[in-house]
Amino acid sequence: MEALFCQDINFVEGLVRGYRSALLTSITYQNLTQCETLEDLKLQLSATEYGNFLANVPSPLTSSTIAAKANERLVSDFKFIRQNAVEPLSTFLDYVTYPYMIDNVILLITGTLHDRDLNDLLERCHPLGLFETMPALCVATSVSELYDSVLVETPLAPYFKDCLDADDLDELNIEIIRNTLYRSWLEDFNKFVEKIGGPTRELMSDILGFEADRRAITVTVNSFDTELSKEDRQKLYPKLGQLYPEGSFALGQADDIEGVKGAVAGIEAYAAMFDQLTSATAGDNSLDDHFFEHEAKLNKRAFLQQFHCAVVYAWLRLREQEVRNITWIAECIAQNQRDRIGKFAAVL
Amino acid sequence: MVLVQLTAALLAFSGIAGLYMVLSGDGHYFDVGRFLTQTSPYSWGFIGIGLCTGLSVIGAAWGIYITGTSILGAGVRASRITTKNLISIIFCEVVGIYGLIMSIVFTSKLSAVSGPELYSKSNFFTGYSLFWGGLTVGLCNLACGVAVGVSGSSAALADALDPSLFVKILIIEIFGSILGLFGLIIGLLVTSKAADFS
Repeated sequence: MEALFCQDINFVEGLVRGYRSALLTSITYQNLTQCETLEDLKLQLSATEYGNFLANVPSPLTSSTIAAKANERLVSDFKFIRQNAVEPLSTFLDYVTYPYMIDNVILLITGTLHDRDLNDLLERCHPLGLFETMPALCVATSVSELYDSVLVETPLAPYFKDCLDADDLDELNIEIIRNTLYRSWLEDFNKFVEKIGGPTRELMSDILGFEADRRAITVTVNSFDTELSKEDRQKLYPKLGQLYPEGSFALGQADDIEGVKGAVAGIEAYAAMFDQLTSATAGDNSLDDHFFEHEAKLNKRAFLQQFHCAVVYAWLRLREQEVRNITWIAECIAQNQRDRIGKFAAVL
Repeated sequence: MVLVQLTAALLAFSGIAGLYMVLSGDGHYFDVGRFLTQTSPYSWGFIGIGLCTGLSVIGAAWGIYITGTSILGAGVRASRITTKNLISIIFCEVVGIYGLIMSIVFTSKLSAVSGPELYSKSNFFTGYSLFWGGLTVGLCNLACGVAVGVSGSSAALADALDPSLFVKILIIEIFGSILGLFGLIIGLLVTSKAADFS
């Protein structure tokens, strides 16, 4: 039925599929991995969709400049799409920008606590997550004060209700705040997507469920040597995904990587990832690499259906993965570590 | 949700009207035979002609907006597809033309008759055949327009990615547009034996 009432999203979908056809292919990646210097890389990229994106960059080319310019391209493409979107796609795209806002807020708070310069911090913020009252975040004393003065007018306001009681902003608490916000965003986005229904709901609930599981596993693995108590950890797990509810309860009880492996054993994809991690060829791919590959697979599926909003989300993630790949290749070339240059998740 | 509320409202209204008629002794007014023999054949005929054009045009417009938005979106990056994919729009437009032609053919059977000779058997036949023929043509064209629109949209997106796919998906669209022809043929057959109003 969504094919009959698709007039609002068809134009944007056509645009996004055009962008997606411009993603770098495996042949291009092969050429890129065979480049000797970063100048070669620039030459190869100028033959693709990226064109002259490094044209006005001063002579000693660094991999971080390449990454920054590629990201600029991504952001301008996304902004073009956002301008052309109407309901419900415009709310959907707003939801997509909230994680960047969360990262920016945490960046500003952390930076202020370490007494960094305000302009420096604002430059390092992700452009997709900017909002107007950002500079006012730099008077960071406690969360409730920040909330009352600045954050209550941003779209992130409803996500703060679970972490207003964190009094002192030390390292651990800031990470807890970040993960709590992210969890609230995931659950909210999932509810919104359920309301839209149709293939958007089908595709996005798989993608968001995987994101939730990935967060749960990452939080668990990173919390093994810290002071995070098990109850606090349990509160950070989102209430969606294949691991909810039995898997995340088991994750909450886990004490080491074996416990995590046991908790995810019920789900084939994650169990296979952990098997590969702890098998004989360990060290080739980290857990993050496996997650990126799985995410790319889920995102590619979104392009097999028409007339839904999830293509935009999938394209954005695939494009980000492409920028990560280009950055990885550039770093390997710059640091002359050519044996690990092929270790990126294929996007097309 | 809205559909459920609408049906419930309609049922409630007809239930109350029916009960009122029965309880006030006017129940004999609900009479299908009286309805059929006392409604003017003109009303059947004109409603049929209106539905024929109206529904066909809705189908054509629906198909055009589904396919047109996709062509615009995909044409931003692959501008070569814009000319070739106008075929999809033409298929949708043709559906509207079928409706127009059938309405013109139906209106040739109309003529002014006054007095009780209007309610002759031949005139009733003409009125009914115009109504149901027009409804058939209209509904077939509605379905056809939507079908061609959806497949045309997929054709545009596929063409933008890989030009060799266009002709293959066009064949699917051709099968879709045959549906409109079915309606046209049956509409003609249904009204062919109907004499003019006399």
